[in-house]
Amino acid sequence: MEEEMSFSDIYGGRLALQRRCYSPSCREFCLSCPRLSLRSLTAVTCTVWLVAYGLFALCENSMILSAAIFITLFGLLAYLHFVKIDQETLLIIDSLGIQMTSSYASGKESTTFIEMGDVKDIIINEAIYMQKVIYYLCILLNDPLEPHRISQVVPVFQLERGRQSDRLPHVPDRDPPGMPTRGRCSAHPGPHSVATRAHSSA
Amino acid sequence: MVLKAFFPTCCASADSGLLVGRWVPEQSSAVVLAVVHFPFIPIHVKELLAQVRQAGRVGVAVLGTWCHRQQEPEESLGHFLEGLRTIFSHKPWFQLCRERGSNLWSCKATRWQKPASASAPSEDQVMLIFYDQRKVLLSQLHPPAALPDCQAGGATASTRGLAAIFDTVARSEALFRSDRFNEGLVQLSHWQSEGVEASILVELAKWASGPVCLLLASLLSLISAASSCRVFKLWPLPFIWSKLSTWEQLTHRLEQLTFIFSTQKAENPSQLMRKANTLVSVLLDVTLGLALLSWLHRKDCIGQLADTLVPVADQVAEELQHLLQWLMGAPAGLKMNRALDQVLGRFFLYHIHLWISYIHLMSPFVERILWHVGLSACLGLTVALSILSDIIALLTFHIYCFYVYGARLYCLKICGLSSLWRLFRGKKWNVLRQRVDSCSYDLDQLFIGTLLFTILVFLLPTTALYYLVFTLLRLLVVTVQGVIHLLMDLINSLPLYALGLRLCRPYRLAAGAKFRILEHKAGEPLRLLMQINPLPYNRVVHTYRLPSCGCHPKHSWGSLCRKLFFGELIYPWRQRGDKQD
Repeated sequence: MEEEMSFSDIYGGRLALQRRCYSPSCREFCLSCPRLSLRSLTAVTCTVWLVAYGLFALCENSMILSAAIFITLFGLLAYLHFVKIDQETLLIIDSLGIQMTSSYASGKESTTFIEMGDVKDIIINEAIYMQKVIYYLCILLNDPLEPHRISQVVPVFQLERGRQSDRLPHVPDRDPPGMPTRGRCSAHPGPHSVATRAHSSA
Repeated sequence: MVLKAFFPTCCASADSGLLVGRWVPEQSSAVVLAVVHFPFIPIHVKELLAQVRQAGRVGVAVLGTWCHRQQEPEESLGHFLEGLRTIFSHKPWFQLCRERGSNLWSCKATRWQKPASASAPSEDQVMLIFYDQRKVLLSQLHPPAALPDCQAGGATASTRGLAAIFDTVARSEALFRSDRFNEGLVQLSHWQSEGVEASILVELAKWASGPVCLLLASLLSLISAASSCRVFKLWPLPFIWSKLSTWEQLTHRLEQLTFIFSTQKAENPSQLMRKANTLVSVLLDVTLGLALLSWLHRKDCIGQLADTLVPVADQVAEELQHLLQWLMGAPAGLKMNRALDQVLGRFFLYHIHLWISYIHLMSPFVERILWHVGLSACLGLTVALSILSDIIALLTFHIYCFYVYGARLYCLKICGLSSLWRLFRGKKWNVLRQRVDSCSYDLDQLFIGTLLFTILVFLLPTTALYYLVFTLLRLLVVTVQGVIHLLMDLINSLPLYALGLRLCRPYRLAAGAKFRILEHKAGEPLRLLMQINPLPYNRVVHTYRLPSCGCHPKHSWGSLCRKLFFGELIYPWRQRGDKQD
């Protein structure tokens, strides 16, 4: 069973959420982020090269131009490989665990798997970002040494406040067996950008 | 609850038989290790399982039946499989089926209720998870937190999460020893059933390592006994050794070599990795050292270096003399106190003159010394770097001396100034109570105190300027030495074997597992593929970092600035055994 919905993120880009239900015990949520826009790429390249030409006019050294080309190329490759996330997938398998996969624009995939025994709770957290409040889904993990301590994990499902009420009914209305119930808690205000991930501590 | 069955990919095309593995009730999962083929005698199967249980301390048992069949199931086979359940009773009993040629799977798990309740046996849903047995066997799981009860090689197999699966497969090596060419009593199907994996080179290396280790261990013990003999303990030799970083590096290398070639076997995987990392690091070091040596000798660099060394030292001394002449004049337009200026300037100039004479005295021997020092590069690049650092320290010894003189003078001045400042305000330092107390001074005390205070204040710029100049020079030398030590540290502590393993065999170092859903049709059981998620590179370096000989600066920036301001001496390299200043 597949369903597709579209939202917008905190910067105004389009996000598409796709839900798939493989079986009663296994569901997948797939969020596609906006692609790299040609306009921003052209703008950055033109800026870098204008600066390089300006420096070249001052210094008469052609190494500056080659350096500018290298900077543009390697900067673009590094951005595609390390920063630009194309798609994020959340796979929930009953009594096994939760798996989060991010695929980057260069094809790299990084996966994190959290066993069900380590999950303490899944909550919707609020944070204050600039002048608005955003909500994000996060998973609370058990600390193996101290049962009452928590270490936090944040998947990147950033949503505008206005859409929050549309989103709630589409989260699985029947909690799959083995998943703890959802709750709400208010977060410490802190800046979060679109691609923030908090690594599990300890 | 959904039951999970971990099934090895190598058995997916095996013939029908019995499923052998371990049932983990805490996870409701069954780990299938092998398939026993027909015909078999039940008593032999039970004996084999008892042997494996004893060898690996893991509870293997018969879990169910595996059926790889043609289109229509045969009636007799069905009855036969039911009969097997009564022989090898296990709760729950798994029945996995696959149609030959297609991808249709079916799984059933039944739990018998008590006969008295007379209800039908309850069937649970089963989720099939395929895993690559060879990779899971060879990999080592690195959990994010070191759990106290999850030690490899512990008393019993672990039951927590994925570690249970990895542990079970790792402990059942006794089960994987028989292959289909063995004329054994029981025919098994597992990852090694096509033939036990082995490599001639590895076997030869293992056979040869025994005597080689013995020989090298005895040699190394001779060397360490010689180095710890009484002659070397006479003062001032230990003082000199502790100041030379070459000595530190050599003892560190000796320790590492003793560790590698010790005749004891490694107790756990982390010790084995440490040995391997140390060995690869030492080999790389020696290779780089030999490369440096060959480059030095090919271009006759040593001769050129020796020829330029004395003129360079002369040049440095001349530059220092110019600097002092500049300070003795009106440096940067500042007006200095003439008399003090002349005294200090002449004192330092005389020092430089002594230094130049010393260098000229040494100049005939320089080439010989450098040639022997260059030979030491065959012990490793780190040794060559540490010798370079020591040579720099020796050549700039006069700068160090100037720094110490300037700092002491400045420190004395600051102490005097602060104490007289207190007198100026009518206070004094109470040594008993360690605080500033008010005090009534006599008139003559106040008079002399104020005079001295004024004199010291007016002499302060001169001393401060000399102190500043020599401290900057000293910091420059310390920075150069620091960069060399950083490079040495990098070569010493980088775990190259672990990084190479992560690059070439990523499944060996596992951070966890990742799951992929295989094609799924409605009505069929859910099938997943479990793959190994390799450890990221930064965690590899962090986990397997080798201990270095660690002369790290212990000051923070704040305390460094404070020490500089008050003229306290800075010792950037605190060796391991030194007392704190």
